[in-house]
Amino acid sequence: MDKRISLLVDGEERTLTVDTRTTLLDSLRDRLGVTSPKKGCDHGQCGACTVLLGGRRVNSCLVLAVAHDGAEVVTAAGLGGGGGELHPVQEAFLARDALQCGFCTPGQVCSAVGMLQEAATGQPSHVTADPGRAVELDDAEIRERMSGNLCRCGAYVNIVAAIRDAADPGRTSGTASAGARP
Amino acid sequence: MAELLASKAMGTSLRRVDGVAKVRGTAPYAFDHPVENPVYLFPVQATIARGTVSWIDTAEAEAVAGVIAVLTHLNAPRLARSDDAEYAVLQGPGIGFRGQFIAAVLAETGEIACHAAGLVAVGYDIAVHDASFTAGHPGQYTPGQVNGGAVPDTAAGDVEAALAEAAVVLDQTYTTPAGHNNPMEPHSTVAAWEGDSLVLYDSTQGVHAVRQTLAPLFGIAPENIQVAAPNVGGGFGSKGLPHAHVVLAVMAAQCSNGRPVKFALTRQQMFSLAGYRTPTVQHVRLGADGAGRLTAISHEVVELTSRIKEFAEQTAVPARMMYAAPNRRTSHRLVPLDVPVPSWMRAPGECPGMFGLETAMDELAEACGLDPLELRARNEPDLDPETGKPFSSRHLLECFTTGAGRFGWDRRSAVPGGRLEDGWRVGIGAASATYPFYRNPGNAARIAYGGDGTYTVQIGAADLGTGSWTVLAQIAADALDCPLEAVRLEIGDTSLPVASVAGGSSGTASWGGTIIAAADAFRKEHGDRPPAGAATQAAAPEDPEAGRYALHSFGAQFAEVRVHADTGELRVSRMLGVFSAGRIINPRTARSQFIGGMTMGIGMALHEAGIMDPRFGLVVNHDLADYHIPANADVGDVDAIWLEEVDLHAGALGARGIGEIGITGAAAAIANAAYNATGIRIRELPLTAEKFLS
Repeated sequence: MDKRISLLVDGEERTLTVDTRTTLLDSLRDRLGVTSPKKGCDHGQCGACTVLLGGRRVNSCLVLAVAHDGAEVVTAAGLGGGGGELHPVQEAFLARDALQCGFCTPGQVCSAVGMLQEAATGQPSHVTADPGRAVELDDAEIRERMSGNLCRCGAYVNIVAAIRDAADPGRTSGTASAGARP
Repeated sequence: MAELLASKAMGTSLRRVDGVAKVRGTAPYAFDHPVENPVYLFPVQATIARGTVSWIDTAEAEAVAGVIAVLTHLNAPRLARSDDAEYAVLQGPGIGFRGQFIAAVLAETGEIACHAAGLVAVGYDIAVHDASFTAGHPGQYTPGQVNGGAVPDTAAGDVEAALAEAAVVLDQTYTTPAGHNNPMEPHSTVAAWEGDSLVLYDSTQGVHAVRQTLAPLFGIAPENIQVAAPNVGGGFGSKGLPHAHVVLAVMAAQCSNGRPVKFALTRQQMFSLAGYRTPTVQHVRLGADGAGRLTAISHEVVELTSRIKEFAEQTAVPARMMYAAPNRRTSHRLVPLDVPVPSWMRAPGECPGMFGLETAMDELAEACGLDPLELRARNEPDLDPETGKPFSSRHLLECFTTGAGRFGWDRRSAVPGGRLEDGWRVGIGAASATYPFYRNPGNAARIAYGGDGTYTVQIGAADLGTGSWTVLAQIAADALDCPLEAVRLEIGDTSLPVASVAGGSSGTASWGGTIIAAADAFRKEHGDRPPAGAATQAAAPEDPEAGRYALHSFGAQFAEVRVHADTGELRVSRMLGVFSAGRIINPRTARSQFIGGMTMGIGMALHEAGIMDPRFGLVVNHDLADYHIPANADVGDVDAIWLEEVDLHAGALGARGIGEIGITGAAAAIANAAYNATGIRIRELPLTAEKFLS
């Protein structure tokens, strides 16, 4: 069964016809040609398809498009706005080399942007010691909150560093700690 | 010794040149390439491990609106060759492993194809299968050679006599389970026939290898196949050679009325169709004198292969050159089973082999009453024990001493189980890492001058996250003695000069060395002031020193783990790798490669195990929920550093490759740290919690 829906994708109004079985991910990729979100597992197990749906991070492979007629979707391609600029999280990923093959990266950066907002509004995680207080985004918090986004290349150490930088630009420098022996 | 290329752009921490497109998600991977009016393919897989398809009914599937065709062995196009059973897709009713393709649905959308695939009905004549891997399997045999071309068995001296006389003998068996590469990008192919020519967007580590593999299968000239792979979402060996899905996609594109076919394996399908690492059983025997000097090393390995296609992992090969011992024996035996075809996974051979050998060395150190680092120092060979050749550069001990100071080795408790902190037992361990130097022949590069100060540099190389887009541009800039901004690099397409596969950590040396040779040829032909349009293509240089030296990289892996005293949960709190790998072209991307390998080593140590149910020939845990790869919270403080060096005998680049060494020895370092923490020696990976609750 097909249904006509509209989506606001990266600031652009798009209308499309979807099979009611079609996920938001496949709608974006196969119907609209928006291939920034990636399909790594199609089961919500890897996070490569993460987008911001109505401002919140979701695995777009677990969302049926037909259920979100009129929704606003932001992918990594649209995170920086319309002018082609990068979001500070994306800048930090580049500075820290928080990617290798890049396939999980659009999902990582969308997830990080959503996660920073969740932390800023005081949403606790599994490792939050006192859910009643403001969240302090230490490395353990970042690791826990980013564990829905798998990276097989093993860039986690740099992903944590990048998010730390983006969360508090004044705290650490943006240079990668690459170097030879001491 | 080759004349070394001076560093200017090389050695700088240039940011990934493809980074902006990748953080935005706009760099196209195989399935992302837009094509007109595509057809979507979804396969049907065998649900038995051995036998034949006795009947197959596609009527219900074909009746679904939007289905274009259903291919089975009864109607699929015939291949020109079908001698490689992995590639002989739909060429007959035979089934060699569970998960094998037995049909494929082509449809207007992915949803329709997937739905209709579920409507294909199949009957089987079931044959008795064998999917039980055991070291004592009566069917085991000696392969003709192991992966990489080495002989399966070696013997020097008299191991049995040396063990009989040794003051200290270590005799243990170590096992590693099946590992699945699981690159984040599923194996994907977009295939289109344009007349007699084939155009592919493929997820591959080598576009020319895909072309060379497909040409004889489809009976066409390689030049009539164009393969593009500008961006590859990881591979770790599983995209080193095409697998059956590429053949199926190309075949389907012969039946789609000229429309392009898009086919991505699902994550679940990857577990039976994309290669994997064999489980290993490693019998290690070490003999040492009273001072801890090895007198004998014996490393005997049993592993599996598919009955339909042989792959022999070279697990015991590193034991041939790691340590000085006058008496040595290595062997490989394969158990042929009705299982999916194993293949390359990051550091085949060295990765599982260095778990067995380096855990054994840790055990031997304790038996000899020596610090594990001192044991390595007492067994450092002057020459390669295997070949008798000098090492071009062997700094294993320097890696250990550098790392020991930086990691705080002196804080290691000499007595296992000696540190308990807040309910966690804390331990420190170490292990050696090693990987050989490979530089592949058969490369060529083309350099053209644009007249405006820019040079176009072309080679069909691959970047699967390895940084090739960045480091090859750096190498080209220095080879042409021009600013980095003047280099226009083109890779990942068969329209470019031929390139070898991104495998064996050989890419940078093979392709980079070829670019240097092409730059030299360009200068010789066109001088220092080339006219606009001047172009030169050159092949990789001969290595004048070929065969004179033993070329290997080395490293020292350090790990600190915490094992919960009550639950057995193991956490890797810190890791440090110190590597000696020749020249490092880009410190920023190199560090990522090293820590990436070490992070995959954490997965190998703690989590990863493909569980074969021998009753059904099925990898039971065939998705990312059940086959757990490291998540962010699994990885603590992991860092990598390296010795400043240039290998004077590894060509003009002096770099030995860094893609795989980071995983070697990592699991052993973690297991050795777990022993130091708990006093419990685990010889069977992975190090799951219940093993610490004995």
